[in-house]
Amino acid sequence: MKMIPLSYYIVLSTLLFTVGVVGVLTLRNAIVIFMSIELMLNSVNLTLIAFSAYSGDPAGQILVFFVIAVAAAESAVGLAIIIAIFRNRLTVNVDEVNILKW
Amino acid sequence: MNVELISFLVVAGVAVASAVLMITRQNPVFSALYLILNFFSIAVLYLFLRAQFIAVIQITVYAGAIMVLFLFVIMLLNLGEGALPKWKFTNRRLLAVILTLTLLAEVVPLFWLAFANRSISPHSEQIGTVEAIGKTLFHEYLFPFEVTSFVLLAAMVGAILLAKKRFE
Repeated sequence: MKMIPLSYYIVLSTLLFTVGVVGVLTLRNAIVIFMSIELMLNSVNLTLIAFSAYSGDPAGQILVFFVIAVAAAESAVGLAIIIAIFRNRLTVNVDEVNILKW
Repeated sequence: MNVELISFLVVAGVAVASAVLMITRQNPVFSALYLILNFFSIAVLYLFLRAQFIAVIQITVYAGAIMVLFLFVIMLLNLGEGALPKWKFTNRRLLAVILTLTLLAEVVPLFWLAFANRSISPHSEQIGTVEAIGKTLFHEYLFPFEVTSFVLLAAMVGAILLAKKRFE
């Protein structure tokens, strides 16, 4: 059986990562920016799994396991920060949350 | 064109389309739903790569737990039409998109050429099972696994502190 070349997976995950970067750089809603970060994490996970399967090394899958655990922790803290910002500023627009910006 | 390649292209198309739809929706609830679709298609790709355990984790933790948290926060904040930030065109955003697409145009041909001849490892079916992952995790990576529990504990304490009513 003819297999899918590794380059297909790498290019796909590059495309997904680029969509995530565009989302982070252009959107204004903090929640959707956060979702774009999750998208980027997922595209990197796809790369790790692809390399793990194509080189026959389980370490990549273990790393993806840890990335998923850290992403769960990160999303809990990040959403708590968004709730705290919304409670103080009544907005999730990142252009209006600029008190640390010069 | 064999069946595996065609189904890969279909799933990859769904993944890219749902990602693009995710960042272009005005309503964050639709964004979250498209992101769930994207996570499911990535889980299918993990199955193509014989990573069964990670595919199940992807669905239960990502599409399940994390996205439920996102939807919960979106509905807790309950932003009306007026409160949602409107997408505004600025030169800075245009520059960001152009630079990102330039990066894509640089990197894709490089990756396309570099990994074109690699085919899947014959051992890939043995390394993705729960048994193999569990053996590797609890033999070689036991200490990082324990450290992860501290990361989750710290995140839990942090989230509770941040979401508390008032900072004193």
